[in-house]
Amino acid sequence: MGFGAIGAAVGEGYTAAQANAALSRDPENAGGIFKSMLVGQAIAESASIFALVVAMILLFSDFSNGSYVTVAALFGAGLAMGFGAIGSGVGSGFPAGAACVGLARQPAISGKLTTNMLIGSAVCQTPSIFAMVTAFILLFSDFSQSPVNPTWAAVLGAGLASGLGAIGSGIGGGSVAEASSEGVARQPGALTTVTNVMLLGQAITQTPAILALLVSFILIFKSYPATGAIAPAMALLASGLCMGIGAIGPGIGEGIASSGGVRWIARNSSIAGDLTRTMLVGMAVAESTAIYSMVIALVLIFVV
Amino acid sequence: MTIEGADIVKAAAFLGAGISMGLGAIGPGVGEGMAAAKACEAIGRNPKEAGLLTRTMLVGQAVAESTGIYSLVIALLLLFVV
Repeated sequence: MGFGAIGAAVGEGYTAAQANAALSRDPENAGGIFKSMLVGQAIAESASIFALVVAMILLFSDFSNGSYVTVAALFGAGLAMGFGAIGSGVGSGFPAGAACVGLARQPAISGKLTTNMLIGSAVCQTPSIFAMVTAFILLFSDFSQSPVNPTWAAVLGAGLASGLGAIGSGIGGGSVAEASSEGVARQPGALTTVTNVMLLGQAITQTPAILALLVSFILIFKSYPATGAIAPAMALLASGLCMGIGAIGPGIGEGIASSGGVRWIARNSSIAGDLTRTMLVGMAVAESTAIYSMVIALVLIFVV
Repeated sequence: MTIEGADIVKAAAFLGAGISMGLGAIGPGVGEGMAAAKACEAIGRNPKEAGLLTRTMLVGQAVAESTGIYSLVIALLLLFVV
């Protein structure tokens, strides 16, 4: 919950700052800018509301008959949702801020701009929804049949993987949506092309979060032989950490790459094909380190 | 449960491998994204040079990738050699 609140606060703060910048540019349109700011902030807030729900469940449920595995699972659920909400909170703030600035520039297209912003920030929320899914699975699964020793590390690792893994994709998806809102405000005529490329870019930006979700599902649902040694447990914990941290960079980087593509397609839509190709090649290369992380994570689970 | 020295060394090696690859993936991921964003910007300004710019982008990204590959090598060493 604490981590989740950080993201929402940063995102909303960014939106408010951009709204103020926009207001100083175009004071007559204060009402429209204010409305756009509030809508954008409400979406950025939703990630932290997910975190609040998970925190409430953790606080008010009765887990008195649980083992150490349950304790680890609850801890993992809290970490997943807390970290997972950071990215989406920060990311959703970006398009909202860009939409405020865009409204000041082009008040006439407020409807199109708001629609574009809403689509972009809704997609930004998906990584935090992935994290919430993992958190709920961890909260409501029954681990009483599993051996305590490696399983505690697996559930903790699963929470870390999908929580940390959602940070990068949330922030990255936000920078794509920001470029798109900015582009629509500059060139309202390119709305369709820009929205399509934005969705393509955001979809690819989500892939590190999806890899992290995959690793955390494997960690949760694989069954482990009981052991007294500490090395197998550490391998599972490290697997979650590796995939989770490893997904941050590619998520942010793909977002930056795609935001460059979207921004310049808006300015020069006659070469959309060339730009989309370069954007996709660049994103594929940025993805490679996430795939290395997944390879190491899978080796840690299945080989060593 | 008795914990032996070899067990602890192995546990630390696994943890180290995970952290090495995880942290090592952040920088290249962000850096390659920046390279690609700049390439898109340059192509947007000067579409005629798209081929040359894409080539330069890929060379730059390959260099940025190298630290990611170092992390991968270290992680594999920690997993299978130590």
